[in-house]
Amino acid sequence: MLTASEPHYHQPLLKTPFHERARAASQLDSFVAWSGYSTVDVFTSVEQEYFAIRNASSLYDLTPMVKYRIAGADALRFLNRLVTRDLSKTGPGRVAYAVWCNDEGRLIDDGTVFCMAHNEYRVCTAERQLDWLSASAIGFDVEIAEVTEEVAALAVQGPTSCALLRALGLAGVERLKPFELGQFALPGAARPAPARIEMMVSRTGFTGDLGYELWMRPADAEGVWDALMEEGRSRAIRPVGSRALNIARIEAGFLLPNLDFVSAAHTLRVGTERSPLELGLAWLVDFNKGHFTGRRALLEEQRRGPTRQLVGLDIEGNKPAHNALLYADRSGRKPVGSVTSATWSPTCKRNLALAMLDAPYIALGSTVWAEIYLNRELVWERRMARARVVERPFYAPQRRRATPPADF
Amino acid sequence: MIMAAGGNGQYDCIVVGGGHNGLVCATYLARSGRSVLVLEAAERLGGAAVTREFAPGFRVSACAHLLHLMPAPLMRELGLAGHGLKLAAQALPTVALSADGAHLRLAPGDLSDLAQHSPADATAYAQWQALAQRLTAALHPVLAEPPPRLGTGSWRQRAALLRLGWQIRRLGRRDMRELLRIGGMCVQDLLDERFESGLLKGALALDAVLGSNLGPRSPGTVLSLLYRIAAAGGAEGLAQPQGGLGALSEALARAAGAAGAQMRTRAAVERIVVRQDRASGVVLASGEELAARVVISSADPKTTLLGLLGSEYLDAGFVRRVAQLRTRGLAAKLHLALEALPQFRGLTPAALRGRLLVAPSPDYIERAFNHAKYGEFSAAPMLEITVPTLADPALAPPGKQVLSVIVQYAPYALAAGWQGQRQRFTDLVIDTLAGFAPDLRRCVASAELLTPPDIEREFRISGGHWHHAELALDQFFMVRPVPGAAQYQAPVPGLFLCGAGCHPGGGVMGLAGRNAARQVMREAA
Repeated sequence: MLTASEPHYHQPLLKTPFHERARAASQLDSFVAWSGYSTVDVFTSVEQEYFAIRNASSLYDLTPMVKYRIAGADALRFLNRLVTRDLSKTGPGRVAYAVWCNDEGRLIDDGTVFCMAHNEYRVCTAERQLDWLSASAIGFDVEIAEVTEEVAALAVQGPTSCALLRALGLAGVERLKPFELGQFALPGAARPAPARIEMMVSRTGFTGDLGYELWMRPADAEGVWDALMEEGRSRAIRPVGSRALNIARIEAGFLLPNLDFVSAAHTLRVGTERSPLELGLAWLVDFNKGHFTGRRALLEEQRRGPTRQLVGLDIEGNKPAHNALLYADRSGRKPVGSVTSATWSPTCKRNLALAMLDAPYIALGSTVWAEIYLNRELVWERRMARARVVERPFYAPQRRRATPPADF
Repeated sequence: MIMAAGGNGQYDCIVVGGGHNGLVCATYLARSGRSVLVLEAAERLGGAAVTREFAPGFRVSACAHLLHLMPAPLMRELGLAGHGLKLAAQALPTVALSADGAHLRLAPGDLSDLAQHSPADATAYAQWQALAQRLTAALHPVLAEPPPRLGTGSWRQRAALLRLGWQIRRLGRRDMRELLRIGGMCVQDLLDERFESGLLKGALALDAVLGSNLGPRSPGTVLSLLYRIAAAGGAEGLAQPQGGLGALSEALARAAGAAGAQMRTRAAVERIVVRQDRASGVVLASGEELAARVVISSADPKTTLLGLLGSEYLDAGFVRRVAQLRTRGLAAKLHLALEALPQFRGLTPAALRGRLLVAPSPDYIERAFNHAKYGEFSAAPMLEITVPTLADPALAPPGKQVLSVIVQYAPYALAAGWQGQRQRFTDLVIDTLAGFAPDLRRCVASAELLTPPDIEREFRISGGHWHHAELALDQFFMVRPVPGAAQYQAPVPGLFLCGAGCHPGGGVMGLAGRNAARQVMREAA
């Protein structure tokens, strides 16, 4: 914590409750800042960690996700006026991905809304939102409290994740459907520490794969980590960093703030904010549920039709099109957009990207050209690569939805 | 011609609130052939412009006590004279009271008394009046039109902006430069540049700050002074309607009735009904629902948007702007029932017919304002006094008098709380008056104090502010009351605003009501 005697530039990053375990597991000591916390971007090798996500089990510390407790007689009404989708269908025990906009219908942030009980929610966001939540609360009987430091969170993702949690004694976890949450206990016998550990488990994640997120008291964090690593050894479990996760989330087609869009709360330049319609999130916008912030602006935008949209691209070759500008044809004369996220997909064996493209190039199947720069032993080359607009998600295995998931 | 609601029981327009702006708006809308229903919560029309009994047999204008902002063309258009409005007195002089009895009398077209106080000021004041005339002639059209909207790309809005620019440019180089120089200044600097007499400067400073959270050294007070002059079209004439300001409201109601508008009193609107993202009527406190194609509210923006409508129909950023509106009043009203006319030192009884000011210098006002900054009432308050019974004896029992005082500064949120301070404050004002009229206390039969919280309660004005929302640069013209509602249109289709919280603001002026009616006719044909 910052003390008054320290200058601001000495402000240390916070350590998550998993920090000591992560440091011990890290070969590279490669930590990065995330929402004021120090977290790992790679433990040993990005590729190994990525394959733990897709082929085994992975542990990812997502404690820095900003968490709010939202409760009160108007909690549902408040949230439904805040976000663009209809949360009245998200009852206790359910989780929903949602986005919210400013008055102009431009995206402020996305996040997950956990319905803990009737009119009691937890909202997890990428960025701090207290200012906007407070403004949105005017006229509603609702209490908003940030609980980021009160809850430690660990993602357990991968095809063997369900089997691992069952083996640890989380009875009935296999019955959780996607976007469901439940209360579970880690029996004391499963690990060195004596007592049972109570925690909330949700079948959610950022990998597009079978997986769970474990929400616990910070004091229990190391016990849970140890139990998972011990029991998971036979299932090739690995702690993973944010770089491996980034490959998985691009395959799954998920957006990352500040890469695929910049929050309208932070943009300085006119025209750089994005609407959910532009980001391909029209399925999250429910114009029939009643009023929500940005509704009138989005209706007007819908009426005018899209001028640009975030699309998935399949690019020829195997060189990731990081930050590539996109053109209408190979000559590179007419710019039509740019890549926001790019990766070589080890599972799909395709060169993938998310890109913001101008209409009319956004239609499925249309072709644009990516300008890719290649560094060949310090000799730079420019390559124009054909890119096709394809469906998202790029990778969507059956197991991410199967209930109960297969046992391993 | 009385038009009932349409066949399906739906009115074309429902006007929420029967204050002067609501009535003006209703009149214009009814004249356009629309079926109009005005709903007033109180038992009579007029809003804060009512004459009411405050002691047995004594009546007084409850808030504003002089008519001076309503432009003559508007009154003619409404035919108020034909609807029974009589003036008991007009072209009233202003008397700036001085503790030593050497008062300064300023009457329209008569600067002789000022010349005796200071020959230099008489010349300078005439020059200022001429300049103010020219500047406000350019500014008056700005008040009488809906403000243009920026960034829409619409030609009509661009043309309106060009017209505004042209009006200012047409002032000529010298006047335009002077307008731009003084526009953002504090009135004290302007007065110190031009005049030497403390009484003259005090009187003009009072005009600049009356009804607002400003002192003479607050930036923007030259603008508020020009605004006051511009509202009346450059020719400010203080008038007293026969029967008080309530008589004006009665004439406005008759004009509205003659145009075909229906009016209901004791019909408090509980909420505005929204269906399919459109205002479609209102629900009364009685539970009765009334349908309309358009709802126009003359209530203040906070009451209308956060109370009657509700945040859930509005975007969060917009709601925050409305919630942040500065709406706390700081002008109180004191009414005294007098057994006899008190003797003001140095004033003949005839001179009491005018407007008396206790604002002997800008410093006096600034000191009075200092208290308000810290949630206290002024130790030596600034006063605007009238004795309406001199021109209109029917307001009191035979031989008796009414004294009406606007008192500043009396902050809405008094740190000590108004409960328990009312008598102290009343005594303070009476003592201040007694400094000029030593026998006043013996004449007082009873007193009524209306603090801003009282005004809020009685007239349903959030914050008890005359103008519904502070009149200052950040809540003025194209951003009044807030961006997103500055063209009399709320973000919810079918809902309009027509009260003092809109451009050009409050005081008994009526332009907000007329501008809003025009906007309704344009946008909701």
